[in-house]
This record gives sequence, structure tokens and C-alpha cells, in this order.
Amino acid sequence: MSVETTSNLEQEYNFAYLDEQTKRMIRRAILKAIAIPGYQVPFASREMPMPYGWGTGGVQVTAAILGKADCLKMIDQGSDDTTNAVSLRGFFEKTAGVATTFKTQEASIIQTRHRIPETPLREDQIIVFQVPIPEPLRFLEPRETETRKMHALEDYGLMHVKLYEDIAKNGRIATTYAYPVKVAGRYLMDPSPTPKFDNPKIDRMAALQLYGAGREKRIYAVPPYTGVRSLDFEDHPFEIQSFDKPCGLCGAEGVYLDEVILDDEGGRLFVCSDTDHCEERRAAGHTGPMAADPAASQLSKGSSDAEDTVQ
Amino acid sequence: MSVTLNDEPLLNVSGLTKYYGGRIGCQDVVFQLWPGEVLAIVGESGSGKTTLLNCLSTRLPPSTGVIEYRMRDGSMRNLYQLSEAERRFLMRTDWGFVHQHAADGLRMTVSAGANVGERLMAVGDRHYGKIRATAADWLGRVEISEDRIDDDPRSFSGGMRQRLQIARNLVTKPRLVFMDEPTGGLDVSVQARLLDLLRQLVADMGLAVIIVTHDLAVARLLSHRIMVMKDGLVIESGLTDQVLDDPREPYTQLLVSSILQV
Ligand SMILES: Nc1ncnc2c1ncn2[C@@H]1O[C@H](COP(=O)(O)OP(=O)(O)O)[C@@H](O)[C@H]1O
Ligand SMILES: [Mg+2]
Repeated sequence: MSVETTSNLEQEYNFAYLDEQTKRMIRRAILKAIAIPGYQVPFASREMPMPYGWGTGGVQVTAAILGKADCLKMIDQGSDDTTNAVSLRGFFEKTAGVATTFKTQEASIIQTRHRIPETPLREDQIIVFQVPIPEPLRFLEPRETETRKMHALEDYGLMHVKLYEDIAKNGRIATTYAYPVKVAGRYLMDPSPTPKFDNPKIDRMAALQLYGAGREKRIYAVPPYTGVRSLDFEDHPFEIQSFDKPCGLCGAEGVYLDEVILDDEGGRLFVCSDTDHCEERRAAGHTGPMAADPAASQLSKGSSDAEDTVQ
Repeated sequence: MSVTLNDEPLLNVSGLTKYYGGRIGCQDVVFQLWPGEVLAIVGESGSGKTTLLNCLSTRLPPSTGVIEYRMRDGSMRNLYQLSEAERRFLMRTDWGFVHQHAADGLRMTVSAGANVGERLMAVGDRHYGKIRATAADWLGRVEISEDRIDDDPRSFSGGMRQRLQIARNLVTKPRLVFMDEPTGGLDVSVQARLLDLLRQLVADMGLAVIIVTHDLAVARLLSHRIMVMKDGLVIESGLTDQVLDDPREPYTQLLVSSILQV
């Protein structure tokens, strides 16, 4: 987006870019999605002033539910300051003028591409997912007519064929993200593209979950406190990734860690993927084993610098 | 070949007709099939064999006529009045369908084990070890070495693919299997081996089979009863040996004496 386009948006476009009629259409799709948890509702996805890969589905859902009093958080790969998150946050700051935040606790709407915050979400929050491919059966059955029938008949054996193949080839279920789940005991759903580490978070989550796929023109939802079960076999139960080290910066355990290369000599650091969580913990005085490392402190400083620039 | 007949038919077909626009696919077909019976449908190319098989197996809705099937609970049901869910369940548990081209009946990009295990998973089996053990057992029964269980069928020969397709269909112990030219397109020696295997499995499992073939030798080897089709009509039917040894219709006589290149 060039500066010129965005200033045009400010003047010519409605609150949050989309016109009210389009928002009403999207809200109807959202309501239907909430009424049928996990079911993919088709909607008339609009062209957005950004490429599809940037999360136009999530953006349209957010635009449809956003109010003036909302406070928005944008996450990409667990971080608020990567290009995608910065651009989308900027988009809503300019088209809706709403408050934005990096802090999970302060946000009323969180739009995300990969991660669910480590801090448990609350009933008064909504999380919006940007979904590239909503159909979990797509790679096994490319025909849309057939996958629709499979959903209608709850005919999901094929999904287990994929998990079977995983185990046959790798000795275990090797699917690590977009890990298929069954929602409310009925619809098969792709929580894509979050890591399976986050699957337990979407089970009986207090916050409403909305999923938007722009290119594929689908919206689906998981209402608060809905049961979400990850598929598995009796003798190969679902497991999340576990990390043998705590976060190098804040010392957190039981969180999702990203590997960061520190230098040319193979120096590596495992840090919280959820940067806000990490910063909150460090602010509260927690330190990890690598916090004193010069390269690591550079890294943590880097992200708080970015925060300063945005706010 | 002998077969113990129940007094209740498995399949009851009456007035079965399929038009393709104005063209006749098959017309006014009437027959019954008993549990454990193998019925061959023979005739020249274009005589309506595949059309009839597809109508019977609910893959192609007929224009008129009724097909009733005895469900596992003993009730007789009109196949075209089943719900889509019932029909699918039937097709993947109580029935099998062996295609001439194995690629039409297999998932070519998943392993042999998963191909055999798919039906088990579709009906709710959720124990990986047991599914795999059953798949391994079935590979053995169709003479595929167990160490090929993780290979996908793209690396299999034509004969192996066909045997895998058979295993994939039989794993749920169906009562009725449809076959469309299952040995077509295979080398003669491979055909002979496959026929032997089929005959043995059919006898061991007491399967009812409806097999379409243009090869009378296949019909003679496998079937108890035979229906001869010409221009969409069944022109002669009866016990296989009787029809082939002593055909009544001139057309069948020509077929048997191999004057007609079928
Ligand atoms: N999809 C179709 N559309 C129109 N005509 C068809 C179609 N399939 C088969 N037919 C016609 O129906 C007749 C029977 O064909 P088929 O059942 O394929 O015979 P067979 O299997 O004995 O070779 C033929 O005249 C054929 O041309
Ligand atoms: Mg044919």
C-alpha cells in the first residue's frame, strides 16, 4: 500500500473500508457460522486493497465486526511487528481510526495469522484467524462437490487415511500445523495455519473464534466454550510439540518457542513465539538463561524498539 | 461348481431400463441373484454390460425399473430409495466394486496399507496397529509381499494393482462384489493367476459376484450362472456350463464358437 492510497482510503471509504451493505452480508455469514460450529459458510468475498496471501479473509471479518470503541491487536507468526502485522494494523488505524495494541490483555479483537496468544483469552474478546485453505479434506479429495458431500454425511474416514500415512511414513503423526479437529462432535475443521501446539487452546476457549478465508470465500466459527477435539488414533494419541528448554529470554516453559540464529558460528536461541507474552514476563522480572547474552539482548531490544515506533 | 442357495434372493431386479437420450443402454432386464452366487454378464462390446452393472451398483440411476437388495438386517430395500448416507455405507461395507482400471478404484498416491485400511477407517476403526495388521494380512491373502505395505501403487505392476484393488474391497467382508472386466488389459499369464486367486477368495468368503466380461473363459472359470446380452437386451441366461456347452440362441452359439470377435 502506498501512502497515497491510504490517504485516499481515509477520505473516500467507509469506516473500516467496507461499505455497510457488505459488512451486513459478512455478519450474516458470521452468524450462520456461529450457529453451525465448524461449518464453512460461503460468502461473497470482496477485493481488498492487498494481495490474498495477506489475509483478506481475516481482514473482511475484522472489518465487519469492528466498532469505534474496539482495540485491535494484529499478530503474524506470534509477533506484532512483522511486515504483515504492521501493514494490517496500519490499514485499520487509517480506515477505522481504532485504537491498537500489542498487549493481548488490552485487545478486544485479535487478528492472527499463525499463533494464538499464550495468555488465555476472555469472553469479551474475539480472535479472528486469517485462513489460506479452509478445507481440511482438500489435499485428499480435490473435488469440491465431493468434499461438501463428505461434510454433509459426516464421512471423514479419509482424514484418518492421511494420519495413517503420516504414521506409516514417519512413525508418528507428523502433521505439526493445520492439524485437523472435529468441532462440537460434528464438523471437521482446519484450524490452519496455527501450529498444533495451539489446538488445546481452541478447545472450550472462552473467546469467540472466527475464521476467514478470502480467496476461498469461506467463513467458519467456533463459539465460546465449544468442544474441539484433535483427530488421532487410540494407539497414537494427539500430542502437542514440547520444548526441552525454556524461553532463552524470559524463562517461560510450556509455551511455543521459535528458533533464532544468533551468529555465524551456529549460536542459537529459543525464544517465545508470542513476543507480547515474552515482554510482559520480562517486564515482570522473569529472565531466561540467555537473557544476559549480548546477541540475545540485542534481539529483545530490537522488538521493543519496533513497539516504540508504532505506538 | 456348486452353490448352496438360500431361499431368499440377495438382489431382485425387475424391468431395469437405461436410456442415454434416445439410445438404449440396457432394456427390461429381469433377474435375481442369490447369496454366494457368481453371475457373469457376457456379450460383445456395446451390448450394455457396463451400463447394467453401473445401474445395479447405484452408480448410474436407471430410467425405469426396480432393484431391491437384502440388507444385512434381512430387510429388502429399493436401492434407489436409500438415503445417500445409507447408500455410501452399503458401498463401503457390504459391497465391493472392482474396476477394470485399478487406478479408478485405488488411491494412487497413498500407500498400499492405507488403500486397504481406508474402508476400516471409514467405518470408524481408530486403532492404527490393528488397521495396519489387517492390511498386512490382506496383502498376504492377495499375494502381495508384506514389505510393500508402505509403497504406493504407482510402483506396482498391473497385476499387483488389481490384487490390491481386490484386497481394498474385500477387507470389510462384503456380501456382494461387482466387477467390470477385472482381468481385462492384463497379460495372459497374469490373468490366469488373478483368476485363480479370485476363484479361491470368492469360494472362501462365500461372496456373491456380478462380473462383466467379454471373455467366456473367465465366465466359465468363475461363474455359476451367465446372462448373455445383445443390443441392451438379455437374450439368454442359465447355468454357465449349460449355456456355454449347449447354447440355444444363434447369437450365443456364435459367441461360443468365437466367430464373433468380442
Ligand atoms: N455415457 C453414455 N452416453 C451415451 N451412450 C452410452 C453411454 N455409455 C454407453 N452408451 C451406449 O450404451 C450402449 C451400451 O454400452 P455399454 O454399457 O458401455 O456396453 P458394454 O459395456 O457392453 O461394452 C452402447 O450403445 C453405448 O454406445
Ligand atoms: Mg464395458
